[in-house]
Amino acid sequence: MATHITESDINLDGFVGSLGGVSRREFLKFCAGIAATMGLPAGMAWRIAEAASNPMRPPVIWLSAQECTGCTESLLRSTHPTLEQLILDAISLDYHETLCAGAGHQAEAYRQQSMQENRGKYVLVVDGSIPVKDGGIYCKVADRPIIDHLREAADGAAAIIAIGSCASWGGIPSSGPNPTGATGVAEILKDKTVVNIPGCPPNPYNFLTTVLHFLAFSTLPALDDKNRPKFAYNRLIHENCERRPHFDAGRFAITFGDEGHRKGWCLYKLGCKGPETYANCPAILFGDVGAGAWPVGTGHPCFGCTEQGVGFTKPIHALSELKTVTPPNTYPGISENIGQGVTPASAALVAGIAGAAVGAGAVAVSRLGRGDDSGSDDDEPKS
Amino acid sequence: MSTHAPIGGKLLTKPFLILSLLFMLALAILLARFIFGLGAVTNINDGYPWGIWIVIDVMIGTALGCAGYAVALLVYLFNRGEYHPLMRSALMAGLFGYTLAGIAVIFDLGRYWQFYTLLLPWYVQLNSVMLEVAWCVMAYVVVLWIEFTPAFLERFGLENLRGKLSKVLFFFIALGILLPTMHQSSLGTMAVVAGHQISPLWQTQLLPPLFLISALLMGYAIVPFESILASMGLRQPLETHLLAKISGVALLVTLLYLALRFGDLLWRGALDLAFAGDTDAVMFWIENLLFILPVLLLAQRRWRIRPRLVFISAISLLLAGSIYRLNVYIIGYHPTAGGNWFYFPSVPEIMVTVGIFSFEVILYLLFVKNLPVLHRA
Repeated sequence: MATHITESDINLDGFVGSLGGVSRREFLKFCAGIAATMGLPAGMAWRIAEAASNPMRPPVIWLSAQECTGCTESLLRSTHPTLEQLILDAISLDYHETLCAGAGHQAEAYRQQSMQENRGKYVLVVDGSIPVKDGGIYCKVADRPIIDHLREAADGAAAIIAIGSCASWGGIPSSGPNPTGATGVAEILKDKTVVNIPGCPPNPYNFLTTVLHFLAFSTLPALDDKNRPKFAYNRLIHENCERRPHFDAGRFAITFGDEGHRKGWCLYKLGCKGPETYANCPAILFGDVGAGAWPVGTGHPCFGCTEQGVGFTKPIHALSELKTVTPPNTYPGISENIGQGVTPASAALVAGIAGAAVGAGAVAVSRLGRGDDSGSDDDEPKS
Repeated sequence: MSTHAPIGGKLLTKPFLILSLLFMLALAILLARFIFGLGAVTNINDGYPWGIWIVIDVMIGTALGCAGYAVALLVYLFNRGEYHPLMRSALMAGLFGYTLAGIAVIFDLGRYWQFYTLLLPWYVQLNSVMLEVAWCVMAYVVVLWIEFTPAFLERFGLENLRGKLSKVLFFFIALGILLPTMHQSSLGTMAVVAGHQISPLWQTQLLPPLFLISALLMGYAIVPFESILASMGLRQPLETHLLAKISGVALLVTLLYLALRFGDLLWRGALDLAFAGDTDAVMFWIENLLFILPVLLLAQRRWRIRPRLVFISAISLLLAGSIYRLNVYIIGYHPTAGGNWFYFPSVPEIMVTVGIFSFEVILYLLFVKNLPVLHRA
């Protein structure tokens, strides 16, 4: 396929070792996969490979606010290539509380240094929600509220990515009484574009793809009205769900463990939020272990983690709001009863009624006949 | 001019009790229908979604209720005041026919609890024939009760109120002529919608006028039918000269109907199907011979004063119009999609229809004995 960049333009031999033992073939497969996830032509894999193997690795500052480290854990389980290979070699992860080698004052000082040296060039990634109540004292790092760190880091960032539902719109810490005033990153950085990668945890490839898109093209991927990348969040889960044919045919699991549930029928009536949740879960799955490896695939209704107002807000058992067709309570059977013909009882009844009517009519007519004989134009009452 | 009077007499007669029993049996079956659903009681199915509860209770029931409409047309539109003595009993036939048909529709509605959505304007789909029928029938039931109100007011001596009502009654009388014209023809339109599933012996673009005219005919037939039965059963005077006149009207309308019916069949080239020798053909001839018989019986003026011939003609016309409706909607209706469908009403289904008609007679007895309905010469 003709492209502007060919294999010889990239020093592929140079990075084989630097990617920690990933073979050239595996690495290009990964880049082609990333391009396909974004719906880009196959030739774009070369540009992504070029960006990922650039010796000038872009620095990344990763801030963790009120979070459970689930987003990081999820990223650690990406396998093509593994995240550590990517972050150690494709990008320069200059600060990440869970992953950085240094600790305490050393780590903080390195972050400050990196932010000053790479001002306007680094990528800021945030996981966890930002508490704003009482001056933000409910989440502190290095004795300063996380909100201050966020504002400071956002100031010199080339791009800001909020990973996970907490960072995207508050997530689980913002539900219920929300005692800490948990808020999404975009709410705080109103004057900046924040890419949201919601999910609890989000699919790691949606994050990696967004980062590599930025590295390859120096622009962010197309975003929807909630600032989520369209390549991952423009379709309802319902649209690509492998259980969708059961929905259309009216086969629903009604309780956990019932016949329909065991047979893999649609989980809509168990409260599946797939019909109102935008995400690519059924298309790219989780954990790279093959078919069915996503919540609905394992038999649990989707709970809408990527959707503000659904996940952590609606009860898990509550019926989701359907954007298209609402299924009726019952469907016609495949083989309908073609109807009941005449039975002896119904025939006898009809005959009886007809006979009674004819009899009554005949009696009436014969009586009228007598009336006719005695003078038909008689207006007087009969006695 | 109130020459109407209640006839009085004992209410709890033997026929009255038998009819009440039949009606209560129907109520018990309907209870089962509302608990266990339509499938548990009726034989209707996906091929024949309309059984006798629609075709007999509603289609034929409202056509029998067209007496009020048919006589009003004569009295008010053609200004033939001499028929006015028949007006009130005709109106009452309409009152029962329509009120019970309106109630009977609910028995047949699968999701009857959503019936009220019919009245919510934001659900309206103005191209729907069904909507037109539903609205018209509901409106006409209300109009009939208002038209009949003077009988109640007379009975309870509220002459003052009656005077006030009579000033605005013309408006309701006009509506009472307009509304049946609309929905009786629409009942035919609904069969047009069924398209090729109805045999060419019945399926035609002229179904709306044919339904309207045959409903009128049934209206004109019910007047002598009811008068003669009342004269025999309740010992009422027989207004032979009026019945003769209205039979003459019925004769003319029957001729018009037959001309339209057979003209249409010839025009469409469908008449050869009448000689196919199958069930459709047999039913076609039963239906049409019953329309033709009154023409022969009433052809001469002196025959029209003989109650026996008038009575036979009336029964013949009533049967003809009823069988016409049965033929269009059930016998000539051959659903083809999805298999060979069968329909014959189940025993409970028939008993509900019997019960509804029994109730109609019960109401008739109740009303004529207690309210000024029948005309005193």
